[in-house]
Amino acid sequence: MKVSYFPGCTLNTKGKGFDRSVREALAALGVELEELPDWNCCGASFPLLVDNVLDLAGPARVLVAASAQGDKLATACTTCYNVLKRTNRVIRLDRERRERLNYFIEADYQGQVEVMDVLQILRDEVGFEEVKAKVQKSLSGLKVACYYGCMVLRPPAEVAYDDPENPHALDELMASLGAEPVLWGGKVECCGNYLVAIKPELAMEMSYRIISSAYRAGAEVLVTNCPLCQFNLDRWQRDLVVKKGGFRPLPVLYFTQLLAIALGLDPTRYELEKHYVDPKPLLKAKGLLDQEVG
Amino acid sequence: MVIGAGIAGIQAALDIANAGYEVVVVERLPSIGGHMLQLSETFPTLDCSQCILTPRTVEVGRHEKIKLYTYSEVESLEGEVGNFRVRIRRYPSYVNWDICTGCGVCQEKCPKRVISTDFERGIGKRKAIYTLSPQAVPNKPVIDPENCLYFTQGKCRVCERFCPVGAIDYNQKERIFEEEVGAVIVATGYELLPLTELGEYGAGTIPDVIDSLAFERLLSASGPTAGKILRPSDGKEPKVVVFVQCAGSRDPERHMPYCSKICCMYTAKHAMLYRHRVHDGQAIIFYIDIRSAGKGYEEFIHRAVTEDRVLYIRGKVARLYQEDGKVVVRGVDTLSGRQVEIAADLVVLAVAMVPRPETRALAEKLGLRLDEHGFLEEEDRNFAPLESGRPGIFLAGAGTGPKDIPETVSQASGAAGKVLSLFSQWG
Ligand SMILES: Cc1cc2nc3c(=O)[nH]c(=O)nc-3n(C[C@H](O)[C@H](O)[C@H](O)COP(=O)(O)OP(=O)(O)OC[C@H]3O[C@@H](n4cnc5c(N)ncnc54)[C@H](O)[C@@H]3O)c2cc1C
Ligand code: SF4
Ligand code: SF4
Ligand code: SF4
Ligand code: SF4
Repeated sequence: MKVSYFPGCTLNTKGKGFDRSVREALAALGVELEELPDWNCCGASFPLLVDNVLDLAGPARVLVAASAQGDKLATACTTCYNVLKRTNRVIRLDRERRERLNYFIEADYQGQVEVMDVLQILRDEVGFEEVKAKVQKSLSGLKVACYYGCMVLRPPAEVAYDDPENPHALDELMASLGAEPVLWGGKVECCGNYLVAIKPELAMEMSYRIISSAYRAGAEVLVTNCPLCQFNLDRWQRDLVVKKGGFRPLPVLYFTQLLAIALGLDPTRYELEKHYVDPKPLLKAKGLLDQEVG
Repeated sequence: MVIGAGIAGIQAALDIANAGYEVVVVERLPSIGGHMLQLSETFPTLDCSQCILTPRTVEVGRHEKIKLYTYSEVESLEGEVGNFRVRIRRYPSYVNWDICTGCGVCQEKCPKRVISTDFERGIGKRKAIYTLSPQAVPNKPVIDPENCLYFTQGKCRVCERFCPVGAIDYNQKERIFEEEVGAVIVATGYELLPLTELGEYGAGTIPDVIDSLAFERLLSASGPTAGKILRPSDGKEPKVVVFVQCAGSRDPERHMPYCSKICCMYTAKHAMLYRHRVHDGQAIIFYIDIRSAGKGYEEFIHRAVTEDRVLYIRGKVARLYQEDGKVVVRGVDTLSGRQVEIAADLVVLAVAMVPRPETRALAEKLGLRLDEHGFLEEEDRNFAPLESGRPGIFLAGAGTGPKDIPETVSQASGAAGKVLSLFSQWG
């Protein structure tokens, strides 16, 4: 199966480990991700802030490129997913803005592309049963706390492909890899997102709650599908170990890193060394990474 | 004909029968009583629900003018007012009710225990051959073929061996009966929003988060715990119980936009009865606002606060999750403007009253309209609230929307009056 792929800026820079694990894991499952040629930034959260048509031109251009290549567009970055999905919805439902956009970017696009998150592709196109059948290295004995980025769930009517209050796709995927998803209360708690820029103490507190809740539930690792959450939850732990007495750090991995490892791919390709909380000791202890890897 | 034998159907049937007319009652379940039979005590009087209902169910069962079809549904309806022809489908009970004496030996001996998800709301058990309650009317059992060892594995037949009158009949088939009736009252009642719909409250995966009807079963002297308040996870007595009002009601974005009307009252009742049983227990209620319009209702709420020291917190609960054997309740107290977090032993959700999904099919068969939520729609909300829009078919009870027992009973008597006035015109 071939699906068009929009990596987005984050996965092209800071999230290379995410990007590579997405491409290679999906390839191992028979999904060939075809990167869009000459793509531009989706605009991150800005295009949807104001009611201006021109701001949608960036994401619209991406959608137009995708329409030339196929009927589906895969994204792994949750923000790109949110922006593209919602822009596409505007194009589908709002005739006036659709016409002005098409005029401006010189296209004739009606919103026919289906924007899909990688997790959604794994669930609906590949199927978790099929994933399970391809597991080479079971993650058995690994207790994971699945953390869902809000960008794939909110606003629910526009973007959610899972229960926005109690999502479970990631838990099901992890279970199909042999891991043990813990029941916990932090799944959809906000990680603080852009508060990092304005109110860093508050953002740190929010990450603290999430990580300690996962720890109390018995998790050994946090798994997420969102690059910004990954960054927040991982990065704050550097401060938390100093500021909060008794704080126990937890590695924060992208779900596709664990997926790739379970499918028997080489873990050293996914920038594990770039994480602030080193996940390697845990992976070694679980027999998922060679002892020799530095 | 009365369809549905909850308190609405019972009241209507008795009113008409006592006026001297014949009534055919069709009830889907094996016995009559509806939701009221599951309740512990009723607000605002705190009468024992079963005690005030049982004389009425018994009267229906014995009344010479009432023909009772339980475990049955309406298959089709033809004709018009004064002359309806109905076909009634009766499900096989696998017990010959004509000779069964209701001795209960079969239930006692049956080796197969099943969790009763319907009547006991998942808290209690029943056998594969069962009646809904010990006071069931009719007090005759049915075999549930999905769990019976004979139907699933071809062996057992214990009930057959022990039945003193040879009433067990594994070969019983579905039967169709035909009746002719002059008018119809539809009293099919309501359902509760399933916990699985409430993701923010654990979607039914947290054992100590239960719905209000399950709490009624815990409070009931005839319930699975004999009236003791014991939480499902470990059977311990909960010392901190949080009640969440408007769970799935008044939430146009995610759930039901309407107010379920009765839950402010029954939640006050729950908290009160809990405090009567567990003297050192804390009862905490989260509410948006208290809707207690009714005779003696506001006074009832007042009593919960002043006499029973129930703590009311004004605000919504955002999330429930399990941690260290407790259910963590995260919410907001909008009066102080603070977030609150409570470690509760048990959480009771006052879930929305919703239409029964099966009502859709029934409405189609009878040619009735439904409202935007799936409740039966009245001919006119102001002036014809008991008429269905189809002449000769009337509506009563919670099938048209949330109602408490007093309102349900008034409607039922009203609908019965409508039918009787029709009959009196025909002479
Ligand atoms: C937790 C809780 C506590 C409550 N406490 C109180 C209280 O203290 N005081 C109070 O006044 N009210 C209380 N109520 C409200 C009370 O339960 C209702 O007002 C009352 O039961 C409504 O009666 P009904 O006959 O309309 O509906 P139901 O009781 O739902 O009866 C409907 C009957 O119709 C049958 N039926 C449904 N569809 C069909 C069909 N297609 N064919 C044949 N039969 C069918 C059903 O099996 C059922 O027997 C409470 C409700 C809840 C949820
Ligand atoms: S045959 Fe079925 S209903 Fe009868 S005793 Fe055995 S399991 Fe119970
Ligand atoms: S043992 Fe026979 S007579 Fe007694 S309740 Fe069961 S079926 Fe009826
Ligand atoms: S009756 Fe009270 S608890 Fe029930 S929905 Fe209305 S306001 Fe909420
Ligand atoms: S007294 Fe009137 S205004 Fe006040 S709560 Fe009751 S109905 Fe509302």
